[in-house]
Amino acid sequence: MGAEKKQFVVFRLDNEEYGADINKVTIIERPMNITRVPMTPHYIKGVINLRGDIIPVMSLRLRLGLDEIDEDENTRIIIFNINGISFGAIVDSVSEVLQFDDSQIEGVSSIISDKALDYISGVAKAKDKLVTLLNLEKLIAELIPA
Amino acid sequence: MDMNQYLDVFVEEAKEHLQNLNISLLELEKEPNNVTVLNEIFRVAHTLKGMAGTMGFSRMTNLTHNMENVLDALRSKKIEADITVVDTLFKCLDALEGYVNEIISTGGEGEQEYEEIVQSLTDILDKSPEAKAQPKKKKAGKKADDSNANQKDKGLRLNLNIYDKNVIQKAIEESLNVFQIYVELDNKCLLKSARAFLIFQILDKYSEIMKSEPSVEDIEDERFDYSFTVMVVTKHDETLFQKELNSVAEVRNVEVVRITEEHTEDIQDEEGDKYTQDDKHDTADIDSAAQAQKPGAAKRLTNKTVRVDIDRLDVLMNLVSELIIIKTRLDDVGVGEKTNEFIAALENLERITTSLHDAVMKVRMVPVENVFNRFPRMVRDISKELKKDIVLHMSGEETELDRTVIDEIGEPLIHIIRNSADHGIENTKDRVAKGKSKTGSIWLRAYQDGNNVVIEVEDDGMGIDIEKVRKKIVEKGFEEEEVAANMTQSEVIEYLFKPNFSTADKVTDLSGRGVGLDVVKTKIEALGGTIELETEWGKGSKTIIRLPLTLAIIQALLVMVGSEKYAIPLSSIREINNISPAEIKNVRNQEVILLRDMVIPIIWLHDVLEVPREKSYANKKELTCVIVKKGDKLSGLIVDSLIGQQEIVIKSLGKLLSGIRCMAGATILGDGNVALIVDVNAIV
Repeated sequence: MGAEKKQFVVFRLDNEEYGADINKVTIIERPMNITRVPMTPHYIKGVINLRGDIIPVMSLRLRLGLDEIDEDENTRIIIFNINGISFGAIVDSVSEVLQFDDSQIEGVSSIISDKALDYISGVAKAKDKLVTLLNLEKLIAELIPA
Repeated sequence: MDMNQYLDVFVEEAKEHLQNLNISLLELEKEPNNVTVLNEIFRVAHTLKGMAGTMGFSRMTNLTHNMENVLDALRSKKIEADITVVDTLFKCLDALEGYVNEIISTGGEGEQEYEEIVQSLTDILDKSPEAKAQPKKKKAGKKADDSNANQKDKGLRLNLNIYDKNVIQKAIEESLNVFQIYVELDNKCLLKSARAFLIFQILDKYSEIMKSEPSVEDIEDERFDYSFTVMVVTKHDETLFQKELNSVAEVRNVEVVRITEEHTEDIQDEEGDKYTQDDKHDTADIDSAAQAQKPGAAKRLTNKTVRVDIDRLDVLMNLVSELIIIKTRLDDVGVGEKTNEFIAALENLERITTSLHDAVMKVRMVPVENVFNRFPRMVRDISKELKKDIVLHMSGEETELDRTVIDEIGEPLIHIIRNSADHGIENTKDRVAKGKSKTGSIWLRAYQDGNNVVIEVEDDGMGIDIEKVRKKIVEKGFEEEEVAANMTQSEVIEYLFKPNFSTADKVTDLSGRGVGLDVVKTKIEALGGTIELETEWGKGSKTIIRLPLTLAIIQALLVMVGSEKYAIPLSSIREINNISPAEIKNVRNQEVILLRDMVIPIIWLHDVLEVPREKSYANKKELTCVIVKKGDKLSGLIVDSLIGQQEIVIKSLGKLLSGIRCMAGATILGDGNVALIVDVNAIV
C-alpha cells in the first residue's frame, strides 16, 4: 500500500494554521453582506446569498472559542459542503493548499484527550510548521436535528 | 429496449386504473345490478391484466385473471353481486394495490400470492357451475381461431429485396432455417412496444433477426398498428416459435412461414414485390377493421396530456423565481435616472413574470380529488368495522392545490376523518336515543378562499366535551386549575393539538381524540397552513384546514425592525394600524390594545427577533402595528417602519438552520441581500 496523499486547504485563525479536506470545500469567497438570523448559537453570523442560494455562515473563531476580530482584506469565507449540507466559515486568511500523506498526519488521541477539542481530527507536520486538521462534521453536528 | 422505461408508465397507469376500480366498486356496492358499472370494472380488470402481463408480473396477472372470471359471471348474471362478492373484489383491489406499491419500491411485484383471495374468487364461481364452464369455452374458441388463421394465408408478407435474397440463399446453403414470422397483437394491448420488445427478446434468444417490418425503431416508438412481420435465420424449427410466441400474453395470432429459395426466385426487380404488396394491403385492412371494432372510448382522453417529472417543474419554478428576483433588482438599480420608457418596459416585464409565475403554478396544480377519492372507501371500511352507519359527503373535489401540498395532505386528512368516524360518530343505538338520524354523516369539503384553499371535515357526531378536556389540562399539569377554569373554548381546544396531550389516559371516552393531532398540526404548519377545530358537545365537530395556494412565491410586506429588513406574508396580514404607546394596556402580564372593541395581544417583533428595542419608544408619538391573523385569532406585531409590498421568492434556510421556529424561510431582495420571512403562525 502506497502512502495515500490528501490535499488540504490551509487557513489561518489567530496565530495557528488549520487544514480542511479539499474535497469538502466548494469555494472560497470574499466577505459579503451577512444577514443576521435570530435564535441561533452565537457563532452563527447569519446567512448569505451565494448566487441565489441561501447559505448559513459561522465565525470559525467563535466556534473554536477564540475572540472575534474585525474583517480586513485577508478575511475569507470558506464554503463547505458536507454530505449535502452547505455552510460557510469565516477565517482570518486562506494561505495555500498542501498535500499530506498519512505518515505526516498524527492521530488526535496521542496528542490531546480533551473532549472539547474533538473537532480536531489530527495534526499534520509540514516542513516548517504544524497544521491542525479540522473534523468538519463535528463543527456542525450540534446544529443538525437528530 | 429496456423494460425500466415502461415501469413509470405502468405504475402511473396502474394507479389510475386502481383508482377507477375503487370508485366503480363503491358504486357497485350501492347498485349491484348496474351493468355499466360492471362493464367498467371488467374493463379495468382486463386492462390491468394486460398491463401486468406485458410487464411480466405473473402474480398480478393471475389475480386479475381470476377477478375477470368472477366479473364475467357477474355480467352474464350467473352470480349476484352480493356482499361477499363485493368484499372479495375489494380485497382484490387491496392486493393489487399491494402489488403496485411493491413495484414502486422494488421494481418487482414481490412474492405475495394472495392465495386466499384467489381461493375465494374461485369459491364464488364454484357456486354456479355454469359460470365456471364459460371461460373455458371461450378459451377453446380462441384457440380454434388461432389455428384457422394459421392456415389462412401462407403467402409472404415481407417485402424482400435483393439483399435479403442473398441472406436467404446463404442461410439455406448453411442448412439453417429462414422463417417469416408474422405477429398480431391483441387490439386491446396497451403497451404495444413493450409487448413487441418481449417478443423480440424471445426471437433473439432462438434466432437472428434479419429484417423487420415496420422497422425496429418504429416499433420501439410505437409507430405500428397491432402487427409486425420479421424475417429470422435460425437452427430451430417452426413449432418452437409457434409455441414460444403463443405463450406470450396478448398475442392474438402468430404465423410462421418457412422461406425457401422458391420465394426468392422472382426477386430481381421491383416487379417481384407486387405479390407481397398486395398481401400487405390485406394486413392493413385487418388492422383497420380491428381498430374499428374498438369502441370510441378506447381512444383515451389522456392523449393530449404530457406526463412530466415533478422535478422538471421544480426546475422551471426555480427559474421563474430567479427571474422575479432579477426583475426586483432591475426595479432597484434604475433609481434616479428612470425614464418613462424604462418604467413602461419594467412594468411590462413585471406583467410577464407574473403571468409566467401563474402559468407555472397552474401546471403544478392538481385537483384535491386525487386525495379525496380514497376516502369513500376508507369510511366504508371503518363503518363496517365499527358497525356504525356512516355516510361521507364530499364536495369541491375539483379545487386545485399545488402538487407538493397534495402529496402531503393525505395523511393528516386520513387522521382527521378517522377520528370523526371512530370517536365522533356515535353508534346507531346512541344516535337513535339522542333523537339523531340513524346514519351518521361526515362532510368533506374543499373550496378556494382568496389565496388559500380551505378543506373542512365536519361530522354530526358527539363532539368534544370541553369540560373533560379542561379537567385533563389540569390533570396533566399543563395549567393550574383556576387558569384552566377561565380559559375560553378555543383556548381549551388548542391543547388538543399539543404533543402528548391525550396519549396516556385511556379511561375517558376522550381517548384517541387528540392522539396524533399534534402531528397533524405540525404537518399542516410545515405546509404553511393552519388548522382549527370547532366543536359543539353533542352536535358534532368541524376541523378547518387552510392551505396556501402556492409555496414558492408569495406577496409579502417588507418591514424594518431595528436596522434589519423582514418580510411578513401578506396572506396573514389583516390590516396595518398606527397606534400611540398610550393605547397599549397590560392585561395579565400581556400587552394588548383595543381595536374596535376587540382585545388584541401585542407582540414586539424586536423581542422575537432579538433586536434591541429603542429605549425612547415610550416617547414616540406613533407605533406601527401590523395586525396579523392566525385562524380567527388576531395579534398585533410592532415594527419600526414599513417598506412596502413585494412579490418574494421563498427560499429555505437550509438544513442547518431548519430548527428555528419563528422563521418561515428567507428571500433575496433586489439588492442581493437576504431578508428573513417571519413565520406568523409560529410567533403568535
